[in-house]
Amino acid sequence: MTEALLELEDVEARYGQVKALHGVTLEVAEGEIVAVLGANGAGKTTTLRAISGLVSREGGIRFAGKSIARRSPEATTRLGIAHVPEGRGTLSGLSVRENLRLGAYVRRDRAGVREDEGRVLGYFPWLEDRADQRAGTLSGGEQQMLALARALMLRPRLLLLDEPSLGLAPKVVAEIFRIVAELNEREGLTVLVVEQNANLALEASSRAYVLEVGRVALSGSSPELRRDESVRRSYLGY
Amino acid sequence: MLLAFDWSQLAQQTVIGLSSGALWALLALAIVLIYRSTGVVNFAQGEMAMLSTFVAWSLVHHGFSFWEAFFATVALSFCGGVGIERAVIRPVERAPVLTIVIVTLGLVFVVDGIARWGWTAETKSLPNAFSTRPIQIAGVAFSIQDLGNIAVSIGLVLLIGVLFRYTKLGLALRAAAINPQESRLLGVRVSWMIAIGWGLAAALGAVAGMLTAPALASFDQNLMQPVLLYALAGAVLGGLESPVGAVVGSLLLGVFVNLVGTYVDWVGNDLRLPVALAVILGVLLIKPAGLFGRTAVRRV
Repeated sequence: MTEALLELEDVEARYGQVKALHGVTLEVAEGEIVAVLGANGAGKTTTLRAISGLVSREGGIRFAGKSIARRSPEATTRLGIAHVPEGRGTLSGLSVRENLRLGAYVRRDRAGVREDEGRVLGYFPWLEDRADQRAGTLSGGEQQMLALARALMLRPRLLLLDEPSLGLAPKVVAEIFRIVAELNEREGLTVLVVEQNANLALEASSRAYVLEVGRVALSGSSPELRRDESVRRSYLGY
Repeated sequence: MLLAFDWSQLAQQTVIGLSSGALWALLALAIVLIYRSTGVVNFAQGEMAMLSTFVAWSLVHHGFSFWEAFFATVALSFCGGVGIERAVIRPVERAPVLTIVIVTLGLVFVVDGIARWGWTAETKSLPNAFSTRPIQIAGVAFSIQDLGNIAVSIGLVLLIGVLFRYTKLGLALRAAAINPQESRLLGVRVSWMIAIGWGLAAALGAVAGMLTAPALASFDQNLMQPVLLYALAGAVLGGLESPVGAVVGSLLLGVFVNLVGTYVDWVGNDLRLPVALAVILGVLLIKPAGLFGRTAVRRV
């Protein structure tokens, strides 16, 4: 593999006294979709929060060759890391348009932002009609898509997606993964996605890591992991 | 009815009520701005406004005109508000609400102390911001000062509204207040947005203080104490969550208190403050969210 876009080396993270990550090592190359699987409480969400800086962490985190292990969320966003958090991070009191505008908050290139607005609305045409609606009044699936659209407004170098399928109907989930795959294929968007639904995640990704109690228990190419006996039994359910 | 009702008196008293209500509205708006971003009522808002007014008084006494001192004080107060947030609120940013409330209560005494230490106890006075001559409108005499206070306050409120509604900074300020953690992920420097909110609140309070003082024959360090109580009543009436509510609530309260004081003999001048407190109590009992407050509805 060539130089990785994102590298985690022995990353630990804690909430107060409780250690949630006990040394996670993983990497994501430019243009890849990488999945992180694991049971509830395995540290999937914490891994993403450690990358973007929402939780205090130790260990090595490098992004595009630079250490970001001490950067705040405000700073990692400015480096081009878009984090769609668990629960979608909808700014519920603001309108759809305002949510999208805040996605590009850190950007200074007005022309580029306008161009991206058109591009993003191409993927989610219905957002245009709902532009003035309060984001909190959208359905769960719509909010998830808004969160994705908003993340794209950053023109991110790396997209962190936390449980995009949570609480959504299968049809909506399929649509979301279809769009992510399309973004990856067409625009080379690099994605690190955390999912409980291992089937979906392994189908969408080229490589995957399996977390168990805050450590990487297993990693490999996604097709390989789908054939793996233990993964099948623990996460795929057959 | 032996006497015909005096309509011009009603109009005059309404405008007088609006004039004081407009100044309370500025302080109420300041309280709401901080309530929305920090989650607490800043009980020191009145004392901060008083200190600003003292600064303006000093500038005037060093030879600046009223309006020069006015704008300089607004700018200084903005910086002072940001500074206070950085110095005393930021360290307790993540502490429980009660801790922050106690810090703002402490701030009341600190700011008051500064004003007593830096300025003498003699009463002071500020020149009038507007002409004291009356002006005839439709045969009724109004004071230019009252109309000026109303105009400046409404203008300032509209300016704040435009800032919040139509600018990128305003959008970030609103986002930081409603969803701080999500906003950080979008790159909004939430902690600084809170500080800017304190700066804006301090500047609003400064204007309220500088327009309150000239109407009084003299003032001292207790200048803003009644104004703070009226502003709190106005904010509660409109809804502590709602900037529009704070302004409308304060204007309504101003008119109401003044009319009650004028027409109900036994209230007169002395019982106006208790009337405002009765309004707070009534609102909290009947409609705790205030006239414009939304009861929080959350989709999970």
